[in-house]
Amino acid sequence: MVTYNRMVVGSDPQADRLFHALADATRRDIVRHALGAEHSVSSLARRYPVSFAAVQKHVAVLEGAGLVTKRRHGREQLVTADVHAIRRAARLLDELEQLWRDRIGRIEDLLAADHPTETQRAGDPR
Amino acid sequence: MTVTSVEKDPVALTLTITSELAAPVDRAWQLWTDPRQLERWWGPPTYPATFVDHDLSPGARVSYFMTGPSGDKAYGYWDVVAVDPPHRLEVRDGFADDSGEPTDTPGPGVMIVTLTETADGAGTVMVIESQFPSAAEMEQLLAMGQEEGMVAALSQIEAILADTA
Repeated sequence: MVTYNRMVVGSDPQADRLFHALADATRRDIVRHALGAEHSVSSLARRYPVSFAAVQKHVAVLEGAGLVTKRRHGREQLVTADVHAIRRAARLLDELEQLWRDRIGRIEDLLAADHPTETQRAGDPR
Repeated sequence: MTVTSVEKDPVALTLTITSELAAPVDRAWQLWTDPRQLERWWGPPTYPATFVDHDLSPGARVSYFMTGPSGDKAYGYWDVVAVDPPHRLEVRDGFADDSGEPTDTPGPGVMIVTLTETADGAGTVMVIESQFPSAAEMEQLLAMGQEEGMVAALSQIEAILADTA
């Protein structure tokens, strides 16, 4: 079993949390924005046409899914996306892309086998 | 290369790969509906897939396994969510144990296949959209059919060890 951070799905509720967390465009944008840099909840709140409380709720959902971490700094709450988890996801997507490129290559070969090649056709005496 | 576009979102864990196939839509649809054809492309030659149950009706389960060079088997399934022949197939795909029962972890992902005619009508645009529930599921998918890579990596390690000996 591969384990790292909290991206690992140990149970279906965790998968549900991840799906739910990523189903919202604002939450996805918060994650992208919080990649590699800390942002206070109040500065994030200024980016979206929603209330501070709504952004705070989005951050809580993301935190529950293990996509961001939150720490207190004075009166501010600072949010960072889990860069390690997302980089890892990016690498895995690269490998999955290759897997599908290989499959599509095999599909092409399979479809090409439906027809004799042009040279074979030219050599056919009929 | 017939792959025309690839979109990856590491936050949403999605991969969309678009390709143009040199065959009409009806022919391309058979790639998915005929298990014997699926077996010729789903797994790499070193890790061929065998489809045990294959029924593309909504609610039906397609089950398959992949056999590695040392005889090891990895089991997977698709639960058919929606099907619109010959244009669209949506499944929830996951891993199974050796009796074909879905495993709890990692949970299933979503795969949507869309086939449409190219502008000239002679070919097919095939779009595969995958949404993965977690990185763990992506890891496991990659592990199915990748023993060759592992063996190559191991032989490289052995070569390095031999050099330093």
